[in-house]
Amino acid sequence: MAERYSSFRSGSRSWLFQRVTAAFLVVVLAFHFFLLHFVNHASEVTFAGTSARMEQWGYLLTMVLFLLTATFHGVNGVYAALLNQGLTGTKKRAVKGVLAIAGLALAAQGTYVALVMSGVM
Amino acid sequence: MSQSYNRGLVEDFGRWREFTAGMWAWILHKFTGWVLVGYLFTHIAVLSTALPASNAASGVIAAETDVYTTTLQGLESLALVRVLEVGLLAVAVFHILNGVRLLFVDLGVGLEAQDKSFYASLVVTAAIVLASVPTFLEGVF
Repeated sequence: MAERYSSFRSGSRSWLFQRVTAAFLVVVLAFHFFLLHFVNHASEVTFAGTSARMEQWGYLLTMVLFLLTATFHGVNGVYAALLNQGLTGTKKRAVKGVLAIAGLALAAQGTYVALVMSGVM
Repeated sequence: MSQSYNRGLVEDFGRWREFTAGMWAWILHKFTGWVLVGYLFTHIAVLSTALPASNAASGVIAAETDVYTTTLQGLESLALVRVLEVGLLAVAVFHILNGVRLLFVDLGVGLEAQDKSFYASLVVTAAIVLASVPTFLEGVF
């Protein structure tokens, strides 16, 4: 069997969620890049254009799910990478707390921005 | 028949000359992951200019002089930002392709070709990024 390199303990819940979010993000991140660089050019983005996209419920829901899964995947990935470098004890708990707060703050701010862009708030 | 190898810790970066394809894939996936999560925080910070922009008068939004539009278009007018965006694309495409490779590895599919699929990820990333350069740099130089 080939060697296996991973920052995650195989079979753990964080390992499973990291892969479930990955499967979703593979598709949505590619879509996001394609839509905002090839269909609409990033240099031509305006508030009116962003609002028009975000007023569509399907798009808004996709973008909010994109934010939430990307935040979890990113923060969980950073945590796993730090554990992999040998983080233990109080430092481990402190890092976990800081990353959880940063992740929740990012998700809250991003969701609020998305709702304002869509005109819901 | 399973076989185990003892190649030491992959975290011991000083041994980089001895690294195999799988170890390089692990390091590049980690590096691109750090870049992407860092960018995510920056991205939401920049997009938060939509909050004051949403309070602007409709004439200001129609004239595209609101703070969201001017901030984004101001950033996009900088050649450095456009070049960094090409770098971001490279990082994202590699992370996506190697991520798909990792999902297959975790499912136990194609393990005997995991080194070849890593090289394929690099080649396809390079091809997509090079083909995208004209679109990403359009109108900035």
